[in-house]
Amino acid sequence: MGETPHRSADAGTGGTRVTQSHEWPAGASARVAEAPVSTRSPGGTGLGGGGALPRNRKFGAERAFRGLTMAAGTTVLVIIVAIAAFLIAKAIPALRANTASFWTFEGWFPNDNPPTFGIGALAFGTVLTAALALLMAVPVAMGIALFLSHYAPRRLGNALGFLIDLLAAVPSVVFGLWGRDYLIGPVSDLSVWLNKYFSWIPIFGGDGPYGNSILLGSLVLAIMILPIVTSLTREVFLQTPTANEEAAIALGATRWEMLRTAVLPYGRPGIIAAVMLGLGRALGETIALALTLGSTYAISFNVLESGGNTIAANIANRFAEANDTGRGALIASGLVLFAITLIVNIIARAIIYRRREFTESAA
Amino acid sequence: MAKRVSASNVTAYYGGFKAIENINLTVEPKTVTALIGPSGCGKSTFLRSINRMHEVLPGARVEGSLTIDDQDIYDRDVDVTAVRRTIGMVFQRPNPFPTMSIFENVVAGLKLNGVRKKSILEDAAEKALRAANLWGEVKDRLAKPGAGLSGGQQQRLCIARTIAVEPQVVLMDEPCSALDPISTLAIEDLMFQLKDKFTIIIVTHNMQQAARVSDRTAFFSIEKTGDPGRLIEYDNTQKIFSNPSVKKTEDYITGRFG
Repeated sequence: MGETPHRSADAGTGGTRVTQSHEWPAGASARVAEAPVSTRSPGGTGLGGGGALPRNRKFGAERAFRGLTMAAGTTVLVIIVAIAAFLIAKAIPALRANTASFWTFEGWFPNDNPPTFGIGALAFGTVLTAALALLMAVPVAMGIALFLSHYAPRRLGNALGFLIDLLAAVPSVVFGLWGRDYLIGPVSDLSVWLNKYFSWIPIFGGDGPYGNSILLGSLVLAIMILPIVTSLTREVFLQTPTANEEAAIALGATRWEMLRTAVLPYGRPGIIAAVMLGLGRALGETIALALTLGSTYAISFNVLESGGNTIAANIANRFAEANDTGRGALIASGLVLFAITLIVNIIARAIIYRRREFTESAA
Repeated sequence: MAKRVSASNVTAYYGGFKAIENINLTVEPKTVTALIGPSGCGKSTFLRSINRMHEVLPGARVEGSLTIDDQDIYDRDVDVTAVRRTIGMVFQRPNPFPTMSIFENVVAGLKLNGVRKKSILEDAAEKALRAANLWGEVKDRLAKPGAGLSGGQQQRLCIARTIAVEPQVVLMDEPCSALDPISTLAIEDLMFQLKDKFTIIIVTHNMQQAARVSDRTAFFSIEKTGDPGRLIEYDNTQKIFSNPSVKKTEDYITGRFG
């Protein structure tokens, strides 16, 4: 690492006096022209002259800048460690006081004496709503993105893309209120219908009431992550090299075959990244789910009946009433959410990494 | 496995701009025909009209008639994807699919045609790679990425991909302009072998190359910038390069303009 910064400093200042500016910080080489003799080589003959090479500088703009960037990089690490330490320190007393199993108990009574609370149902609800939201949003998002990038006329594509970005700017509390007060009607009707004809499928079973269900929550979530997944995948699809698209077309591919042969495989890492960003948003979404879900503490695959809960929504709903142990319990649940997102990210990285040989040569 | 290509009064536009005008030319089966001329004279446009790649660009269109063995490829009832399968194309820059292995690249066109059986694909891949003089170099690493090959190998991979679907005509748009002299020579040798089976039309800026590989040469030119390109002279390569009948051709091949 030691030598590289010097070289790039040369390139940045034009590097006209290669032999001279060699070991000089970026800002200094402009001055060399005026006063080369006195500053560079005492007793020497100036530009390109003989004499001993000057010694490396101990302090200078180069080193200062390197220090600054390193400090900035370290900040990230410090913040992460600080957050983790805070979460763990606050969570441990509450976890010690918990008289039920933190992993399997289905309920949340940390304010009682003795306190009992379990993360199982919340973690399950978090993963289930996020997964359902992805299941609904990703196919639609990719469809929109492909239409915008490869089917729509350019002007229409840009206008629609702008609208999609606008959708991303709607605050999540607005989505939550809309879901709670409006979308709940059609979703209830749909739930009744699904229950009537498809109750033999376990997820559509149960006897109601319907409405504030996992279905409603994940539907709102799906609409919320749709814009980000759409605009990211659209960018990815637009980046496919024309040469590859033409190669497919020249082999006799139809438009769809061209997308399948050239565009989708090329965009695969980008698609995964977009989906993971959407999943990240879905896992962490708080207020929209706090407003739409039924806030129960049971592990159930039933998506129609009122109920369901997520870690983030539970924190929002229960924080105001929480005592010390209650707050510690909520923080412990936050730690679990942190772990879930971490695992999701690791899996995403692993998927991208697995075909790295192909994606790197693509770049 | 090789067909006659004839163009009559072919005119091509990019939106309002007329790029080539009234091109009339017939290419005999199993020959190599070189299209030469200064930049912007429309030779690539003409080449892309032959397999209907020109119209892929927004606003681009072609008038006139283009036939292969008396079948009009611009006929309303003709399936455009079938035209492109019959008339393969090799591009200026090697463009293997970056996410595919060498093997997958070669059989990409066959897969588009619905061929799924592994043994057929493997046989076809070997045949195409042998025909493209690439088999010996890649036979032990067919599962490696196609984009990991050298530029010349990539271009031969693209040629293998094109001929794997067994087209009648192979179009080459400056196939060697991004390659070093040794790779260029390899491709030129390849063209010599391929013309036993295919009709080859090649656009090139390199006049020595045109003289070396082609049987017939078509010289395109423009009056001035903004004018449509026209076919100035079309004759046996030997005649064009030794005793052209048009003054402008002579000026071009002797390096007096362009």
